[in-house]
Amino acid sequence: MGVLSELIKGLRVTGGTMLRTITGDELVTTEYPKEMRAKPQRFHGRHVLNRYPDGMEKCIGCELCAGACPAQCIYVRGEDNDPENPKSPGERFGYVYEINMLRCIFCGLCVEACPTEAITMTHLFEFSTTNREDAIYTKETLLMDRRGSVPHMFPDDELADLDELDSADGWLRATAPSGVAAYEGVKMWQGTPGPGDWSPEPSQEERDRPTSDRDADG
Amino acid sequence: MSWPEFWIVVLRVLATFALLLLVTLINVWAERKILADMQSRLGPMRAGPWGILQTLADGLKLFFKEAVTPRRVEIGMYLLAPFLAVVPAFLIFMVVPWGKPFTIGEYEVALQGADLNIGLLFILAMSSLAVYSVVLAGWSSGSKYPLLGGVRATAQAISYEAAMGLAMVAVVMFSATQGEGGTLSLSELVERQAGTWGDVIPALEPALQFVPRWNVFPQIVAFIIFFIAIVAETNRAPFDLVEAEQEIVGFHTEYSGMRFAMFFLAEYVNIFSMSAIAATLFLGGWNGPTFEGSVPAIVSGILPTIWFLAKTYFLVFLFIWVRASLPRLRYDQLMQLGWKRLIPGALAWLVLSTAVISFRQFGPPWSM
Repeated sequence: MGVLSELIKGLRVTGGTMLRTITGDELVTTEYPKEMRAKPQRFHGRHVLNRYPDGMEKCIGCELCAGACPAQCIYVRGEDNDPENPKSPGERFGYVYEINMLRCIFCGLCVEACPTEAITMTHLFEFSTTNREDAIYTKETLLMDRRGSVPHMFPDDELADLDELDSADGWLRATAPSGVAAYEGVKMWQGTPGPGDWSPEPSQEERDRPTSDRDADG
Repeated sequence: MSWPEFWIVVLRVLATFALLLLVTLINVWAERKILADMQSRLGPMRAGPWGILQTLADGLKLFFKEAVTPRRVEIGMYLLAPFLAVVPAFLIFMVVPWGKPFTIGEYEVALQGADLNIGLLFILAMSSLAVYSVVLAGWSSGSKYPLLGGVRATAQAISYEAAMGLAMVAVVMFSATQGEGGTLSLSELVERQAGTWGDVIPALEPALQFVPRWNVFPQIVAFIIFFIAIVAETNRAPFDLVEAEQEIVGFHTEYSGMRFAMFFLAEYVNIFSMSAIAATLFLGGWNGPTFEGSVPAIVSGILPTIWFLAKTYFLVFLFIWVRASLPRLRYDQLMQLGWKRLIPGALAWLVLSTAVISFRQFGPPWSM
């Protein structure tokens, strides 16, 4: 009775799953716009152009991001800074900065290419537009404001989660220079958008402890 | 027929019709919910609490959709097919008793569309008619894939209706020994399943006094064959070759709007009706404890309907459970299961069941 036992096996799988889903143990979906899953820290979302704490733009208009982009969706034009009223600390600044979100594949190579960590990625992911032109994000949209928040495309939208902008960017945390022992105990410059203060870099010893102990310490 | 009797009949039919529409609304939603649970999903959540009004929303949407008519259809058959699907689906349920008959004054009201004395034959006839809609819809669409679906439906219906009929014959023959003479009336078949097996077999009374006198216990093989056959009759997974979304989309590919909704409605009405028939034939219909005397009369009057719905929904749940679990059969497997397993199995069971019945009635053949 091979067929029959296979049949019962199949029914047991679905029946068991049903009971576990009803109790909530195995439910994997959420009611999306109402509640959202926590995104992973290194989530590749919408780009943002960062500023230094003094309000200077980080972008120096070097076009390395545009060169690194495999989808060729970034268009940058640099311009010399006005010495009296510079926009960035260097000689030049990004005069035009456009990303075509219809072409972008969210690979993050622009972030890696950037020498000043001017471009990073946020957790924003809801880009839908009713117009193809709206999918081309200009510097106006991409550059964060002086408070340190990313301008949201649709701040009035009921789906917009403005708190999301304040969460620290995962990519920068992952690639911060704090792997070097010299930085131990030093409070690093917060390279991501959003207010708040980070704790000093932990020591190598602290870092090597298993995660479970670290969480227990709070 | 006097006027009150006439109105009672009208109300009976309307009530049955309304019940069928209501349970269909719930069935579509319940199927989506149960499938979602079996796949670790939430399912519809938006329309009403837990999405219970989802079917209503879908129905309204389909109602306002344009009914596209492709250019190469055979227009008469094409327009007729959806009605051919819906009408038999509703008629099948009309002969199923869904509650205990009660009396108002001098009139007796049976909770049943019509108490036909040839109820089972009527069911077989109507379920055969329902196949026409599929075949005609597939053929008249003037398109290859619906035609394939229609052709498949023909073969499938012929194969599985035979097994279904044979399983029914076994039950009817057994049921004939439980009362005076044989009957094809469903209300009569239900009444013959009242009580427990302890009443029938006094020798085993203590053991069987809580086992209801349902046909499923002596006729378990017929029940299994019947259930498989009705799953195939209603073109449900794993026998949904007629639709087979992934390969041929199905006989209703060229239908849209309300015409499609009618096929959809017919499918779900059929699931419920067929489950109701299986519950009536094998699970004792509306029979069940009514606690008469110890609870208000209204409660003991409604309880039989609740028992009937509970048994039917158990079978509907089985339909959905099977759909969530089993992959679709290949065409040759379908034919093999039908002709090499179910029909010989049903025949063998019929012979065995007949032999036992006649042995009990007439004694061993050499004694005559």
